Amino acid sequence: MANQTTNKGFVDNLGKIYGVYAGGFIGFVIILAILEQMGLPNKVIGYCFVFLTIGVYAYIGVISRTSEISEYYVAGRVVPPFFNGMATGADWMSAASFISMAGGLYLGGFGGLGYVLGWTGGYVLVGVLLAPYLRKFGQFTVPDFLGVRYEGNTARICGVVVLFSASFTYIVAQTFGIGIITSRFLGIPFEVAIFVGLLGILVCSMLGGMRAVTWTQVAQYIILIIAYLIPVVWLSTKLFGNPIPELAYGQVLEQIAVLEQKLGILKPHAAAYVDAKGQFSWVEFNNFWALTLTLMIGTASLPHILMRYFTTPNVKDARTSVGWSIFFIFLLYFTAPAYAAFAKLEVYTNVIGQNINALPAWVQNWSQVGGLLTIKDGNGDGILQLSEFIINQDIIVLSMPEIAGLPYVISGLVAAGGLAAALSTADGLLLAIANALSHDVYYKLIDPKASTMRRLVVARVLLVVVAIIGAAVAGTRPAGIIQMVAWAFSLAAAGLFAPLVLGIWWKRTTAAGAIAGMIVGFGVCLYYLIGTRYFDMELWFGIRNISSALFGLPLAFLVTWVVSLMTEAPSKDMQEFVDSIRVPKGELHWVAGQAHE
Amino acid sequence: MAALTPAQRDAYWNKTSRLMWIIMTLWVIFSFVIPAFAVQLNQIKFFGFPLGFYMAAQGSLIFYVVVCFWNASAQNKIDQEFGVAED
Repeated sequence: MANQTTNKGFVDNLGKIYGVYAGGFIGFVIILAILEQMGLPNKVIGYCFVFLTIGVYAYIGVISRTSEISEYYVAGRVVPPFFNGMATGADWMSAASFISMAGGLYLGGFGGLGYVLGWTGGYVLVGVLLAPYLRKFGQFTVPDFLGVRYEGNTARICGVVVLFSASFTYIVAQTFGIGIITSRFLGIPFEVAIFVGLLGILVCSMLGGMRAVTWTQVAQYIILIIAYLIPVVWLSTKLFGNPIPELAYGQVLEQIAVLEQKLGILKPHAAAYVDAKGQFSWVEFNNFWALTLTLMIGTASLPHILMRYFTTPNVKDARTSVGWSIFFIFLLYFTAPAYAAFAKLEVYTNVIGQNINALPAWVQNWSQVGGLLTIKDGNGDGILQLSEFIINQDIIVLSMPEIAGLPYVISGLVAAGGLAAALSTADGLLLAIANALSHDVYYKLIDPKASTMRRLVVARVLLVVVAIIGAAVAGTRPAGIIQMVAWAFSLAAAGLFAPLVLGIWWKRTTAAGAIAGMIVGFGVCLYYLIGTRYFDMELWFGIRNISSALFGLPLAFLVTWVVSLMTEAPSKDMQEFVDSIRVPKGELHWVAGQAHE
Repeated sequence: MAALTPAQRDAYWNKTSRLMWIIMTLWVIFSFVIPAFAVQLNQIKFFGFPLGFYMAAQGSLIFYVVVCFWNASAQNKIDQEFGVAED
């Protein structure tokens, strides 16, 4: 029991421990800043940030190792709502949010706000429709719920298939992001960098499962939020004397509008639903709400997020924890559009119109990372025109400190933040996949008599295997980060949202209905995604494939509803089970013959 | 264990469902209805921001944070009223 007492002492002192940690990190940044002024080379600064932060995560991962099942799968259910909120923030905000989103806003203007809305509003659905009830259910994985509510392994397997497809697509995107950062800041080839990053992921999650991932994610949240806010606050203070960028960038938008006129840009930054020529377009309008909807529903369907609410001590804490999650996520999302606006202003004023040969060193450095930045003097006048400067959205955030001429230590800090974001999400995803395979497939289907020891060994082996395959796929550079992540959301939304929500809110949902709904919803989404991506299929109503769930999702609900009404109502036992999930207090009413922990 | 009678259970679930529908309606308004009028709202200036842009970039986000905490506290009140809050 010594383990439990130390655990309790640790949980009671979380505030103090992470306070000291955050202070230590800021101290570390300041020391590096001073050393930079004294002549420490940029390369060394990059190395310090990458290795020191990974070292800290590895340390937390190692001291949180565990051989208890409930610690491994749900962190012993002791995580206070405030810290679970932070961990969810890190779990949630990935390379897509940190690295690509502001870049998307930079390139897309108003159109990019679909991501901002979509990736925040989904928490309302999580908090109201799902999290408290899944916490009351109190098992280990999302497919667990499907397997019990829809009485059998067919629903469980469908759940695992959707979970695997969505989470795996997502993990490839994260590994890709980790590759970009490590390659740029360590100066090693992209393909090698991916595997260096992979080690970073594995040390955090392999030994301690959910417990290690939880406490590492809190540490990663602190670094990523500091790293995201500092450069923008700095720029805002430098340009406007106002340290709150969210307020100052109203002025930035006005200045951008003036520069757009001067540079002859047809599509204004803040204009809503316009095409490349600046004209209102219904296609843009429809894609905007379709994307918002897909991302929101996807939020409420992604197992690596839902399983974070399995770790709170009780149902009430699960609800409060959703509040803290969205608060911590809000801090970054509320800043991202400001980040984009500042970057645009800097590029329009400091980069465009410069002599090409006199461009600063960052242009060189970034041009070397796999074609993410290209500069070509098309008309041969030696001056950089807007059309001659092509920057990929995945490097806007990472390169902004250099574009704006901030000290290199800020670039290193941003890299550490991006790495924290990508690693933390990759860890959560990897754990969701490995848990589903080891718990739902191996333990529940293949060998229900497996010992605790054996289950944990299987979980760890699967973790490593999935991670390696993920890295190998990322090495082929299948698509941009934000695209891959949006696909993951579509797949999860179309496959899982209907059976989860209806399973709790509509007692009449039958196993046959839910299974049919999942297969049709997920199938249609996958068909649209693959057809439009790889087989030149025509878009339906002009909806881009990042919002593929738009067609599968309503079908999933419709099919579940119709088939449920056509089949016999769930047993009285099952209805009582649903009743017992809806009330926070009291025992669950288990249906006879169902195994549970 | 405080077992609810079927009538109490239904009353509890009716109240919970009503809260759910209220929040879902607000969620639709802030996520889809207001953004749908972004072109018109952009005519209005708000601290230098076009209002349509502002709502999608900040306004709705603030609403989401508030409503998630509000949901937690309103649902707690319902739980306590029916004596089903956890100890």
